[in-house]
Amino acid sequence: MVDAPLQPSPVPDAVAETGPRRRVVIKASTGLAGVGLRELAAYRELLFFLIWRDIKVRYKQTVLGMLWVLLQPIVTMLVFTVVFHRLVGVESGAVAYPVFSLAGLLPWTFFSQGLTQASSSLVNSSHLVTKVYFPRVLIPAAAVLAGLADLLVCLVFLITIGFAVGIRPTATVVLLPWALLLGLATTLAGGLLLSALNVRYRDIRYLVPFAVQLLLFTSPVIYPATDVTAGLENAGLPGWLYGLNPVVGFVEGFRFSLIDDGPFPLDLVLASSFAACIALGCGLLVFRRIEREFADIV
Amino acid sequence: MAEDPEIAIRARGLGKRYRLGSSGFGLTTLRDTIAATASTVLRRSSAAGGDASARRSSDTFWALQDVDVEIRRGEVVGIIGPNGAGKTTLLKILSRITEPTVGSVELVGRVGSLLEVGTGFHPELTGRENILLNGAILGMSRAEIQRKFAAIVGFAEIGRFLDTPVKRYSSGMYVRLAFAVAAHLEPEILLVDEVLAVGDIEFQRRCLGKMDEVARGGRTVLFVSHNMAAVENLCGRGLLIEHGRLVVDGPVSKVIEEYIGRQEDRLRGGLTGETRRTGSGGVIFKSFSLEGTDRRPLPIARSGQDVVLVFTVHNGTGRPQEHVDLGFSLFTSNGQPLTVLYASYTGKLLTVDIGTVEIRCRIERLPLAPGRYRVGGRVVVAGVEADYPTDGLGLLEVEGGDFYGTGHAGFEGPTPFLVDGSWE
Repeated sequence: MVDAPLQPSPVPDAVAETGPRRRVVIKASTGLAGVGLRELAAYRELLFFLIWRDIKVRYKQTVLGMLWVLLQPIVTMLVFTVVFHRLVGVESGAVAYPVFSLAGLLPWTFFSQGLTQASSSLVNSSHLVTKVYFPRVLIPAAAVLAGLADLLVCLVFLITIGFAVGIRPTATVVLLPWALLLGLATTLAGGLLLSALNVRYRDIRYLVPFAVQLLLFTSPVIYPATDVTAGLENAGLPGWLYGLNPVVGFVEGFRFSLIDDGPFPLDLVLASSFAACIALGCGLLVFRRIEREFADIV
Repeated sequence: MAEDPEIAIRARGLGKRYRLGSSGFGLTTLRDTIAATASTVLRRSSAAGGDASARRSSDTFWALQDVDVEIRRGEVVGIIGPNGAGKTTLLKILSRITEPTVGSVELVGRVGSLLEVGTGFHPELTGRENILLNGAILGMSRAEIQRKFAAIVGFAEIGRFLDTPVKRYSSGMYVRLAFAVAAHLEPEILLVDEVLAVGDIEFQRRCLGKMDEVARGGRTVLFVSHNMAAVENLCGRGLLIEHGRLVVDGPVSKVIEEYIGRQEDRLRGGLTGETRRTGSGGVIFKSFSLEGTDRRPLPIARSGQDVVLVFTVHNGTGRPQEHVDLGFSLFTSNGQPLTVLYASYTGKLLTVDIGTVEIRCRIERLPLAPGRYRVGGRVVVAGVEADYPTDGLGLLEVEGGDFYGTGHAGFEGPTPFLVDGSWE
């Protein structure tokens, strides 16, 4: 590297460092594009700034500010407790239902918010996309990663509540990073795919809220995953099939690593991790495929 | 490819094709895509392949074609040409915002592009926060921004508003801050698109000064502008782009001369079916001419003379149009806008009968110094643009006259606009 480390300037991926200057060749790309990891590394500071912007702007000029972060899952938890626990009679095993549903709502909120924000992020950033170059992946990635701040605040809150009602994190807490990584990959995969498709097809705008709603009911947020896996096993199918929806592993893994209730659902989290990796790969491929025409069609 | 260390940009056979349609791509919903795919499949199965390719050529448009150019390190190059000629497309390809359809470009050195002032500014963030964000978006590192922070704040002259959200800034402050960040970008190749068209004159002058500084610093600069005076001042070399092709490449004064000559030739030919226009087309310009107050045609006006601008328009809508607003603009031959006058400014809207109608605007004591001026025009019907010939309507030739009524010919320098006054 010739540049001083203070100036990690944008390095495009088709770079051959010949002599003292960087050389870039621009031409129509054909076939599958690479992921461009080297380029992403050069732009990591911009990623940081975009995340920072999203966090800063999110609750500007709101009266309640950061309180919104807690208010949404808490109110939803109360509604779920009354409707699904009291009225419908959903049971949550040894853990009190309010804590159970809150521990499921936090990862769920991260996922649903991240997916919604990311899917519209490219279209909302058309002024950037058409005016300046940087790896477009940064835009949906920043939208997803900014949600981590909210999740962190909620996590502290959840642990506090846990202590108040006598639930202490046990050794399973070491599996929390795995669950978080899984959630990040899942949300990013959906965000990349939908944000890119949204540039081409504005139908996505209508699809996302609908898909999020369906996923809420098919993921173990309101009810424990065992309700579904037991059903699958009764039908003679392996329970881990449920984990092929990566949101399942994320929500279950997150919940179990914090409020240890029975054995860790290893099969579900493994199946979800596998599914998330595939989804992330597909998301990146589609994104990179459509990326080259973003500026022309956004 | 020969490795000449002095070459900063080398484009070969560069071309960019757009598909015509509402969004430049044409397909915005899944249903359209499905319908389009279905029709392609049907076509393919029913007709020969020639049919499909014919359709393809009529639905597409080359914004840029066969551009071959080499730019050496440290050269400051002005890119000029009519609106829609492909200048911005070229900059967008060079700055990697969009991909070329064919051909290739080789760039040596770090590229910074300024296609707009204030890209990525967020209205809710403060001036300080926007400097950080915008700097990062333009490609500066955090350390670099921090190092230049004081200089940026100083250049922008925003002082105590540094911690105020930029949505509360005046538009002047906003532009100053945005340009200040951009001006401190130090790429080896700088691509600039018409960003100087904003801001007050004093600030524009400072921006040009800053760009001049950048250019003198040995950096390669590509500068797109309609301001010929700025291009001539800043650039050593010019590229003239017309209809997506690079038509003239040479010393900047020669290229500007050629551009103005071509533009005037086109305007001398009058408005034709070939004229590029925008607007809904209900009422359109047919021709522009000049008359004396005696209604005789006037080939050349004199400074200070009472003249009548005659706009011949055609109303093809089949019924008389009320609430028609017509405006004209005057430009110096190097593209500097001088003035705009719409009928509505004088409290008047026009009614245009069916067919061809002449609309007259009388100007007393023509306040223009001798020279050749370009006249542009626009017709607005009920608030909607009906016609706007992109390159203008025609030329207005002015020769020396007795503007001041004293026989004095007036100042001899390049000052196009005349003002009279009484002195005590």
